[in-house]
Amino acid sequence: MTSLKKDPVLVVLQLSGGNDMLNTLVPYTNPLYFDNRPNVLIPEDQVLPINDDVGFNPNFESLKNLYDDGKVAIIQGVGYPNGNRSHFRSMDIWHTCEPEIMASEGWLGRAIRDLDPNQENVLTGVNLGRGLPRSMAVPGVPVASVGSLANYGVLTTIEAEEQRNEALDIFARMYSPAIGLGPVMDYLSQTGMDGMKGADILAAGVADYSSAVEYGSSSMSQYMKNIAQVHTAGLGTRVLYTTAPYNSFDTHATQLSAHSSLCANVSRTVSDFYEDIKEHNASDNLILLLFTEFGRRVHDNGTGTDHGAGGAALVIGDAVKGGLYGEYPSLEQDRLDNGDLAFNNDFRGLYATILEDWLGLDSKPIVNGSFEKLDFISKG
Amino acid sequence: MLNEDVKLMAHLMRRAGFGASYEEIERRAAVGYEATVEELLHPEGQPDLEMDVMHRYMHGWRDMHGIMANQGYWTYRMVNSSRQLEEKICAFWHGIFCVGDSKCQKPKQIQIQLDNFRAKGLGNFAILLLDLAKDPAMIYYLDNQLSHKDAVNENWGRELLELFSMGVGMDGAPNYTEDDVKNCARAFTGWTISNAIPRYPYGFYDSEFLYNEFDHDDGEKTFLGETGNFNGEDIIEIIAKQPSTARFVSRHLCNFFVADEPQVPAWQNTPPMHPELITELEREYYRSGYEIRSMLRVLFNSDVFKNSRFAKVKSPAELVASTLRLTGTFSGPAPKMYEPVMEIRYMGQDLLNPPTVEGWHTGAEWVDSGTLLERINFAAGQMGATESPGVRAIIDRLGSEGIEISPDRLLDGCLEMLGDYKLNDETRLMLINHAESTGASSGGTDAFAQQVGQMLQLIVSTQEYQFT
Repeated sequence: MTSLKKDPVLVVLQLSGGNDMLNTLVPYTNPLYFDNRPNVLIPEDQVLPINDDVGFNPNFESLKNLYDDGKVAIIQGVGYPNGNRSHFRSMDIWHTCEPEIMASEGWLGRAIRDLDPNQENVLTGVNLGRGLPRSMAVPGVPVASVGSLANYGVLTTIEAEEQRNEALDIFARMYSPAIGLGPVMDYLSQTGMDGMKGADILAAGVADYSSAVEYGSSSMSQYMKNIAQVHTAGLGTRVLYTTAPYNSFDTHATQLSAHSSLCANVSRTVSDFYEDIKEHNASDNLILLLFTEFGRRVHDNGTGTDHGAGGAALVIGDAVKGGLYGEYPSLEQDRLDNGDLAFNNDFRGLYATILEDWLGLDSKPIVNGSFEKLDFISKG
Repeated sequence: MLNEDVKLMAHLMRRAGFGASYEEIERRAAVGYEATVEELLHPEGQPDLEMDVMHRYMHGWRDMHGIMANQGYWTYRMVNSSRQLEEKICAFWHGIFCVGDSKCQKPKQIQIQLDNFRAKGLGNFAILLLDLAKDPAMIYYLDNQLSHKDAVNENWGRELLELFSMGVGMDGAPNYTEDDVKNCARAFTGWTISNAIPRYPYGFYDSEFLYNEFDHDDGEKTFLGETGNFNGEDIIEIIAKQPSTARFVSRHLCNFFVADEPQVPAWQNTPPMHPELITELEREYYRSGYEIRSMLRVLFNSDVFKNSRFAKVKSPAELVASTLRLTGTFSGPAPKMYEPVMEIRYMGQDLLNPPTVEGWHTGAEWVDSGTLLERINFAAGQMGATESPGVRAIIDRLGSEGIEISPDRLLDGCLEMLGDYKLNDETRLMLINHAESTGASSGGTDAFAQQVGQMLQLIVSTQEYQFT
């Protein structure tokens, strides 16, 4: 890493539960929208217009500002053939790029393997949250999974400080690569050292972080702050990931109030995050992807909406060519897919664009095939 | 110093169950090894867990609709059931006959399947396969309700052969052809379920197996060299008598109970680690008429098993449940009961939701830098709680040995109490030095309790504690 050019970094924010595309990106001049959403609708005069056809949810004000600055690409109608309406299965599909069979390798795990084939940096991939999302899991590819950045490391369950320091000292010696104890023991030793090393580097790296930005208190905001801390520490991390709390976007009931606060939180968190990395002069080599496993049913169910298909994804950053990509799926009855928006944009094309045009990787073995790319990364 | 009977019993209880406290191991060693094997092989001879109190506190455990309730209930059984092998064999089959909540979205239906593994998992393998073929969760998971006379879906038919009974091949040669897969799948057309599984929009209901004779292909089929108008039962009968099935089941038993083998897809071309034991198990498979219980009796009484101590990496469920059995802290309703349950998931084993139909990759593949930290931090956190009944019992027991306990004895005593763990020489030396540096203390004092607690924390942080 002696080159002056900074390595490109990808951050992913997963919006779990199925975010409602219709009320995120509102087709506010389409009468079919109002016909289908007698109860769960955003009134026309509240929408933040993007053009004459669509506008942002009113709670997306700060995100709209980023859009107006040309930093937000909106990928419309994103999905995959024969959309699966199960949260878990659909999320698996987004994670593994395999709609037909159950697969276990995650696309970002593969990307991390390609970005750091010799495993020189134990922090090439970092997840913020407990447990690894399948998207980052590939056997043999180390990824740090950080439940709490402030309290991440080995033997953190030992509370007394002096006692923990003693234990850590012993731990470091116990796990220092042993010779001749057998392949599995050696592997465990190496893995223990990797874990400890990663934790030490992270702790030291983020220790000096300070920022004028004050993030919100939600776990999503705090994890995005952690991502900013890791990114601005310059530890060579290339892929960072976090997940908005478990299925929070699953708005089957009382959607209007729930979805408003979700949108407000996403919008504020994203703009805080952008402000933060901008302040640290670290916004030029990072893009942020926001995705969800599916959109929601076109017709509301009284107070909420059920699981649907085609949704929207956002890609945000200095290197992004802002604007609308793909087509807004038709709301005409005969063009719906079982009552849901039909996808017109395969998510694997979105991934391929990020992998090839941003991270500089060959996307085919990662997303399992060739898919049409979108032109939202500015070459420069 | 532990006698050999106690050491061997600690090993048996770790493998045939989820470990045991030192008291239980001593008690069982006094009863004898073979008698304990027999007791384990007949879990129905032990009382089942009394659930009334838990049901009053854990509301979700009555209707079992949520995945967390199901995972919590199973963890509770692993830790507390006196029928230890019943839960172990349930975990064994769950890791092979995989069904995942990510697709089924109805964990209760999977729990019904697990209950069948509990009831019949030590019984006849052919009956187990037949039950599996009729299991609503499995039918839905592998799409057999979409397999019709005129439009065969091969998903179940293929996995039945590849993953559930014969395996793709052995001794370097394939076990069946693509035609066998097709004909197997044809024989199971019409094997469907009465209600589609996902719960929306009509609420919760159980699904039932349904045989639709009008959707069954009753034409002639050739399967593994035999020809007839086979139905699913005939196919399972043919499968059960194949040498490849005897091998596959034997090898799975060795992989799970004796020593980590390579991952299953490698078995066609990699010979078993203990061929002599495999041969014995294959022989017992036929002799007993496919009885898993009989095979396990041979296995547990074999020298290969007795000498395979710490030859396996603990699964997350084993690590969590066995640690909780040592600390004695998961035995009744308590706040934050789901925390240790979630740990199993964080360590990479989302029970009732294996990543794919191939199940979890086991052995060293359980461990990566993220999951290793989870394992170490969890175990050290549990062992540091010196007020836990199990940790307290260890402190009291060691404290009763004398007024001053030497550093060597402190270490060895802790290793024994945890179940005869062995450490490599360098680690031993380091831990003895550590005990010396903190100074000797007398049994019964707080300082001694602290010292034991710290020693236990360090032991469960070692590489060695990751093994079973």
